[in-house]
Amino acid sequence: MPKFDIYQEEFHPSPLIHTWWEFRKSHVAVLGLWILAFFVFLVVFGPIIAPFDPVLQNPNAFLVKPSWDVNGSIRYLFGTDSLGRDLLSRLIYGCRMTLGISLLLVLLAMLVGVALGAMAGLTRGVRSSVLNHLLDSILAIPTLLIAIVIVGILGVGLVNSMWAISLALIPQFVHNTREVVRTEMAKEYILASKLDGAKNTYLFFYCILPNMYEMLVVQGTMALSIAILDISALGFLGLGAQAPAPELGTMLSEGLRVAYKSPWSIALPGCAIFLMVLSVNVVGDGLRSALRNRLQR
Amino acid sequence: MTALLKVENLEYYQKPTMSLFKKQSGFKLSKINFELNTGETLAILGENGSGKSLLGKLLVGAEKPTAGHIYLNDQKLSPYNLRQRCLNIRMIFQHSNESLNPGINIAKILEGPLILNTKLNASERLQKIEETLKLVGLLPDHMFFYRHMLSDGQRQRLALAKALILDPQVIVADEPFAALDPSVRSQTINLIMKLQKDLGLGFIFISHNLGIIRHISDRVLILQNGDLVEAGKTDVVFNWPKSKYTEKLVKSHQSLITPN
Repeated sequence: MPKFDIYQEEFHPSPLIHTWWEFRKSHVAVLGLWILAFFVFLVVFGPIIAPFDPVLQNPNAFLVKPSWDVNGSIRYLFGTDSLGRDLLSRLIYGCRMTLGISLLLVLLAMLVGVALGAMAGLTRGVRSSVLNHLLDSILAIPTLLIAIVIVGILGVGLVNSMWAISLALIPQFVHNTREVVRTEMAKEYILASKLDGAKNTYLFFYCILPNMYEMLVVQGTMALSIAILDISALGFLGLGAQAPAPELGTMLSEGLRVAYKSPWSIALPGCAIFLMVLSVNVVGDGLRSALRNRLQR
Repeated sequence: MTALLKVENLEYYQKPTMSLFKKQSGFKLSKINFELNTGETLAILGENGSGKSLLGKLLVGAEKPTAGHIYLNDQKLSPYNLRQRCLNIRMIFQHSNESLNPGINIAKILEGPLILNTKLNASERLQKIEETLKLVGLLPDHMFFYRHMLSDGQRQRLALAKALILDPQVIVADEPFAALDPSVRSQTINLIMKLQKDLGLGFIFISHNLGIIRHISDRVLILQNGDLVEAGKTDVVFNWPKSKYTEKLVKSHQSLITPN
């Protein structure tokens, strides 16, 4: 720091604060962030908040209506399902499962994809091509279909569907990372860093990665919403999480059987999925424009 | 006294690429010899495509010469040892905007060369960054700024700071003033001349602006299509040009600045 400060009130905002200032300008994005934060809160503190065990069946309370109904009780805020399980608890655990696993998968896919893409972008020739096109065949098929194929081979189950989805998410990251690395490598500041004696690893982590956040956010949010939808879709089809497990897709398919008698048992998980995907996309969009505007004025 | 920088028979030949779709003719930079003393300014002059930027790139090591050697203080520079070279010969790029990383702040931009090439610890690096920023007329507070927050003149100063931060002996500048307006240009020129006097730098200056060259350079090399047309003291070359090409250049410049 300088010996004397001319401007005493001046402070130097970090990149993160710059991004937050830009992000705050969009009210929709902030609202989305609150919703997403609520869901993340449920993911972390779900077991503490949930009033009941999600698989605990109460034989005396089948299909209890939600508390706002005349026949409802405050004991079961969102009512119970056809086996007498508390819907609120199942919903909380369901969000925990669906969103938590999706976050995990996206992180895994991002790590692997960015690593492969960076290697493909920094190398040339056959090696680059092999790395880049290794997973291209997967790109030709919709992710859900790939997941179904993989689940078909490995067998039904949550863990298998997790593998399937993360595998299906990787190629997008590989491609986009390679693209970004290639375009950045051609720029003059990289040449300048090379003349400083920088090697490839340094170039990637210190020069290119700071310029990649926008792409990572865009791809990350896209992957996150795809992961949420795919996990619940596989659960709904009975290929992912299995019946007693509280997972939003599974809950939907269970609720479908009694949809006429208790519409809320499918409406609530459906709303949760909808809000989750919407908030992820809104936050991602806001974050992208914030990151872009941060470096332009 | 031995020369600071000596270039001997430097040659570069770009092979014509045999591609099915695009035809590229090979470019040849024929044998170039020159010497540069401490505190001296050498200008490289020539039209577009005459190989002057290439010569600059060869000097800093961005391109590898086909033949010939570069000596710094009588020490031969290997084309593969970038570290040895970048401590002593630094480059200022034509577009200061593109040669600065947009994603990281100024402190990090300036810290990069220090981390890679010196053994200074974090606080020493910070001190060095502050000193260098002051040297080029920026404030230490500029450390926290990003590229997009600076004006063109400040960016140019920053590019200069980036070149100076490793205490080099030679600076190669590839048309550093091409994109600047006249007032900022003269500011930067004065700054460079002052620093050159204070620090005793050898300065190689690539340009096609004859006015500036005449103003700041001691000696001049004139290139045409990769051939060295003329070399000598700036005054001599400009007043008594030997070759037709130089004469044409000087005349066209004079017709621009003198009212008829």
